[in-house]
Amino acid sequence: MTEKYDGTPEWSDELLARRRKRAAVMGWVLAGFVVLFFLVTVVKLGSNIVQRPL
Amino acid sequence: MTDNSTDLPVFDTSAQRAGDVAEVATEMATEMASAADYFELLKPRVMSLVVFTTLIGMIMAPSGATGGVHPVVAFTALLLIAVGAGASGALNMWYDADIDANMERTRTRPIPSGRISRDSALGFGLTLSAGSVMCLGVFVNWLSAGLLAFTIFFYAVIYTVWLKRHTAQNIVIGGAAGAFPPVVGWAAATGSVDVLPVLMFAIIFFWTPPHFWALALLKNKDYTDNNIPMMPVVAGSKNTRFQMLVYALVMAVFAALPAVLGHTGLFYALFSTALSSVFVAMSLWLFIAPEARQPSAAKALFAYSILYLFLLFGGFPADKLIGI
Repeated sequence: MTEKYDGTPEWSDELLARRRKRAAVMGWVLAGFVVLFFLVTVVKLGSNIVQRPL
Repeated sequence: MTDNSTDLPVFDTSAQRAGDVAEVATEMATEMASAADYFELLKPRVMSLVVFTTLIGMIMAPSGATGGVHPVVAFTALLLIAVGAGASGALNMWYDADIDANMERTRTRPIPSGRISRDSALGFGLTLSAGSVMCLGVFVNWLSAGLLAFTIFFYAVIYTVWLKRHTAQNIVIGGAAGAFPPVVGWAAATGSVDVLPVLMFAIIFFWTPPHFWALALLKNKDYTDNNIPMMPVVAGSKNTRFQMLVYALVMAVFAALPAVLGHTGLFYALFSTALSSVFVAMSLWLFIAPEARQPSAAKALFAYSILYLFLLFGGFPADKLIGI
């Protein structure tokens, strides 16, 4: 019986391994950006944090 | 549907419709891609030149009363400009995939070799373009973000889509895209643009034709076979080599101007003169060389042109450091 292509590839071990590795790299890149953006935010706020009117 | 020992989805390879087959190929290409393949889409070698010239633009920018841009902000700006430049490279590979597949130099790129689908490259390029510009605007300043956006637009649309396949002046005008990074770097550091970054822009702008045409002379058959109107294809070798010499001379003048106008000192003046003299001499040799020697002369000029730009731009901070 011929069925229509459902839009997803067959997940061989190699494909799964590649997908896991891509996800891991993406995770590290995103984590790096989170840290970087946090640092930039702190730098941009600078001394305004301690010099704010009470 | 075929039985599978896992619960993961499977597809029926007997799908007959052409659209289904193309869809399978696209899906497989996307799933086969590694992180390194996506990094390759960013044209890392071009990106290294962008990072370097951007950094020089930032270093040469005056620090002003505030003591200059904070190192963390400077690093962020450099990273985002590099990502933006890489994104334009991905968009270029997306659009040029058909040509790349037929050219010896480019057929192993991720899209023509089937490791990444065109759709994925397009999404990757657009996402990074928008993300880098927005983040640069929010975290650094909107002038540099605007310039980065224009640079991406210029390379991806003006050069890749419009100029490259339609005019022999493609890399002359398109060279502006590669010349913008030091201006963007300066703007990121100061929030303004001055004479020196404009001179840096001019140096790279006039450096591009002899640099790229040296390669085009060597790859003339590829460009001819793919109907890309590079200057050697349209105007012939001799005319191109003459134009390269003229552009080299104009570039040498602009390379000297930072010293002439007092933006740099004696070290840069001597250093740039020596470097530019070699560049002009090699361009002259390529112009007058007998036909049998021309390929080696073009190859040597192409290699030296890359070294020239790195050394010349390295001369700016070296001059600042030496201070004579």
